[in-house]
Amino acid sequence: MNARPFLAGLMAMAIELTARLITAVRGVWDGIEPVPEKRVYFANHTSNGDFVLIWTVLPPHLRKRTRPVAAADYWLTSKLRAFIGRAVFNAVLIDRNPETRTDDPVTQMAVALDEGQSLILFPEGTRNTGDTPLLPFKSGLFHLARARPDIDLVPVWIENLNRVMPKGEVIPIPLICTVRFGAPLRIAADEAKDAFLARSHAALLALDEREAAP
Amino acid sequence: MTAPVEFALLMLGVLGVLVLASGVAALLRARVDPGGTDPVIENLVARIKAWWAMAALLAIAMLFGRAGVVTLFGLLSFAAMREFLTLTAKSRADHHALATAFFIVLPMQYYLIWIDWYGLYSIFIPVYAFLFLPIISALRSDTQGFLTRVSETQWGLMICVFAASHVPALLTLQIPGYEDKSILLIAFLVVVVQSSDVLQYVFGKLFGRHKIAPLLSPSKTWEGFLGGVFSASLLGAALWWMTPFAIWQAFVISGVIAIMGFFGGLVMSAIKRDKGVKDWGHLIAGHGGFIDRLDSVVFSAPIFFHIVRYFWSSV
Repeated sequence: MNARPFLAGLMAMAIELTARLITAVRGVWDGIEPVPEKRVYFANHTSNGDFVLIWTVLPPHLRKRTRPVAAADYWLTSKLRAFIGRAVFNAVLIDRNPETRTDDPVTQMAVALDEGQSLILFPEGTRNTGDTPLLPFKSGLFHLARARPDIDLVPVWIENLNRVMPKGEVIPIPLICTVRFGAPLRIAADEAKDAFLARSHAALLALDEREAAP
Repeated sequence: MTAPVEFALLMLGVLGVLVLASGVAALLRARVDPGGTDPVIENLVARIKAWWAMAALLAIAMLFGRAGVVTLFGLLSFAAMREFLTLTAKSRADHHALATAFFIVLPMQYYLIWIDWYGLYSIFIPVYAFLFLPIISALRSDTQGFLTRVSETQWGLMICVFAASHVPALLTLQIPGYEDKSILLIAFLVVVVQSSDVLQYVFGKLFGRHKIAPLLSPSKTWEGFLGGVFSASLLGAALWWMTPFAIWQAFVISGVIAIMGFFGGLVMSAIKRDKGVKDWGHLIAGHGGFIDRLDSVVFSAPIFFHIVRYFWSSV
């Protein structure tokens, strides 16, 4: 009966070790500090390993209280994935299909925040496999910000992981990755959806440009 | 593996130098920078700590003999390639070629050294990887920047794997009258080349006036270069007793090692400038990346290997 948490701990260690071996990942706190506060980390999404890298560079005491928001249709397709998604990462699993879902994703996320957890969110809604650095945001981040306006939204830029493991490849190429955390933002009292999404989009993209600057 | 007595003596010497360096750094810190805020002093302290770790790691690997040294340099090659290929041109079409470079070519090169197959390990990357990796990339039909992509990948393999693997390859040399002692050649090479790096830095700081390549590497001066190479050659001559060389031979060979090491640093700086970075990585505190520390060893190892093989080895 106690095997599950033990296995989950072993699996977490194996995943972290693999992530560090392949990417030598480094977290850069550029405008915010890693302190135990409730937050929503929102990041660019280019690979299935994205939240693993964020999770790896978070200090362990923050990691325990940080949950990735992930698609149920991906994570519940096999027993191993379901185990990793639920027991290892404690993901907030949402149903992306509005027709079939029984829970409202924004409510699910708000509940997790109310319980004291932080969240990792990919506002592009899908993996970016093209040449544009960042796809337009879906409205989820806006609705969550409206539902919980007093929570810091932290932009997180993941650099290079799309080259380590492009979509459709099985073997990762070892390359150094960086996870850059930027200054947090909050929604303004009367901020419209498009304005807020444009502002948060620009804040995330600015972290990429900072990386590219000589 | 029974380490030769010379190895223990050398380790005592290295230990003494590190203790001295740590003592001086602690004194400097107490005098000049009690708050721990001066970046130069903090960098010095971090560097010395990293030296302790590097010396300990190399000593442990050497105690395990060929297995230890081959494993250590295999891992160093992996870390160096990871840094190098992070900065090179590549496209999605190179994915299989890069995976092959990392997970087949790299282990194969070290395996060939492990089984002592000189005829193959000395041409495996310059011939087989050179011809076959571009074939794998070409099969994916992406011609954008093709020559740049395959060239930079091959360069990474030559520097990070082929050249670096000549350090453990020293163990395969058979020198009459020097049986079971070839591990000392590695110790000699590493001590001379790393001391030369430090001595060039010290001479440059103390007497440096005339820059060698002002645009490329402003810290490299003629005074630092000549002082560092000459003093490292003297150090090498003083270590003749652990080598198969006479004193004057140890002096000349150390000079060659130190000069190659200097130019290794220069060439790798040129690549960093080209790619717009200051350091290759961030994993060794105070030093930057693995390549920042290995550049001089990598350039001198193959030359040292072939000098010893040509003039001293019986096979």
